[in-house]
Amino acid sequence: MEALLNRYRNLTVLLLVILAQLVLLAWQVKSNQDVRMIRVWAVTAVTPMARVLEFVREHTIGVAQNYFVLVNVRTDNDKLKQENGRLKIENQFLRTELETAERARALATFQERTPSRTLPSRIIGTGTGANSHVVFIDRGSTAGIRRGMAVITPDGIVGKVLAAYPTASQVLLVTDPTFGAGVISGKNRVHGTVKGIGQNKIIVDYVQNEEKVETGEMFFTSGDDRIFPKGMPVGKVTVVRAGRTFKEIFLVPAAFQQGLEEVLVVIEGINGVIPDAEQQRNTANPEVYLQPQEAPKPGSTPAATPAEGGGQTPISGLSTDADRIRERYKVLGEQQGVKYGEGGKIPNFNATQPPSSQPPAAGASKPAAPGTTAPGTAGSRPIPPATAPGTAAPSPLAPKPQPQQPATGANPSSRSSGTVTVQPRAVPSGTAPAPTQPRQEARPPNP
Amino acid sequence: MSDFTSGRLLNDAALRRRRSSKHFRPIAMVVVPLIAILFQVYVPRFFQYLGYLELPLLVTVYYALMNRRPIPGLFFGCVIGLVQDSLSHQPLGMFGIVKTLVGYFAGSVSMRFDVDNPMLQFVLGFFFFFFHQFFYWILSRALLGLQIDFDIQQTLILSLLNAVVALPLFVLLDKMRE
Repeated sequence: MEALLNRYRNLTVLLLVILAQLVLLAWQVKSNQDVRMIRVWAVTAVTPMARVLEFVREHTIGVAQNYFVLVNVRTDNDKLKQENGRLKIENQFLRTELETAERARALATFQERTPSRTLPSRIIGTGTGANSHVVFIDRGSTAGIRRGMAVITPDGIVGKVLAAYPTASQVLLVTDPTFGAGVISGKNRVHGTVKGIGQNKIIVDYVQNEEKVETGEMFFTSGDDRIFPKGMPVGKVTVVRAGRTFKEIFLVPAAFQQGLEEVLVVIEGINGVIPDAEQQRNTANPEVYLQPQEAPKPGSTPAATPAEGGGQTPISGLSTDADRIRERYKVLGEQQGVKYGEGGKIPNFNATQPPSSQPPAAGASKPAAPGTTAPGTAGSRPIPPATAPGTAAPSPLAPKPQPQQPATGANPSSRSSGTVTVQPRAVPSGTAPAPTQPRQEARPPNP
Repeated sequence: MSDFTSGRLLNDAALRRRRSSKHFRPIAMVVVPLIAILFQVYVPRFFQYLGYLELPLLVTVYYALMNRRPIPGLFFGCVIGLVQDSLSHQPLGMFGIVKTLVGYFAGSVSMRFDVDNPMLQFVLGFFFFFFHQFFYWILSRALLGLQIDFDIQQTLILSLLNAVVALPLFVLLDKMRE
């Protein structure tokens, strides 16, 4: 046996070593365990050398590598600077695009809500000359634009079309001295004509010194010029002073505050309502005025018609003092059985006006409960049941949006018999309606 | 010539080769395999293609050949293989068994042939690398049940590559002999 082992000693050792490793392998596989000790030894033997090797590499090859890297730093720096500049330009471009998209969205919202039929357009150039106050828009006669059309933005009026070419149109800005438009103040209802003065300000002319205009007051288009729909913001009063004949009222154009890029050309103007100063304050976004989206339809107004109210003049809308006096006299004449133009009896103009058309005393105007009639007001003016006091629902007295008419008595007046009915102002979508209520202001009857 | 005479002549040749075997410094016997393993662990981080070099195998072949004895060769292969196993994710013994066989066969071959011939070293390097890969593949399938493919063409190319590297490596290791 010993001789046999000696004779096959090498093979025996080999088999024993192989067998031992096979047993080790089988045990590991079967028990799913590991011979941690051997691994620890091996790792402990190898990893310190690897660490030393890494240290050496870092301080030799790494230094050399860093040197070669530094050689290219200048080139990389130049490349990075170029890339940085390119990214800055790209960033600026994207910001501009975002702002453009936001403006376009606001414009689209305004276009949806405004009763007028408008055509969106983009300003593509300005007129030549240092004092030029004209711009070119990218829509022309082929798009339906005609000379004299109003150009607006949600913020206010911009100007009017001076000339319509096939592919573009020239727009005279509101700041041009030759521009003119009829305006009315939002708070005191003072009429005037807005003009440009060649700078970034505009003035309101033909306002008597006796009229009351306050700084900070907004002016709106009155619709008198038959170009701009009534109720569009024009500008805010910055300076008011008495002049030789007329007041000198300086405005900051409302449309130019956000810059001009996209505008709306009014293809068919629909008169809106002049918002009240209080409503302007209550509006969440006072910079942008949106006209009411829907106006009361005919027939939905239960009263306030001229026949029922005893007067010929619509209760809402704008009229002159002469209109009010004429209306008052007419009501008194009918009350006393006098027909004008037939001569004879002269009515007593000092007589008390019937309740339906008499101006209520100051402070007598109270918000009526739903379904009830407010004392001191015409009995034919019930507040709709759905409209609670203090809400901004459209008043039944709100004028129906109507195609633009000449201002000479054709437009419904909001001042009738000394009573001003404030129309609710629509707010931009997404904002809560301002909690206003139909307000009636007592005005002293005209003599 | 009688059988006795021929057998005696054979033993004399083996004895001559055994006497011609050179001893290595103990430190070299430890450091060189560690460097070989370290090379396989560390260098492919930076040079991926150098991972195809099986330096521990070449070192095993070299030591087994130069010792001209199978038993030291198999133990040498066993240790290097187990260390390799320890640094791998597989159970201990896979590389150990394969390198044990390589060491044994390399030691056995060295008793029969003049392994100082570079051409023979090249052939042995080529053969043992292929044997190493093939036997490892068999063990993986048989013992661990791993369904891995054996790419003969790639293995042959890598065998050639390792054989080419083996020649200068063996010359370098020859310098460390006493």
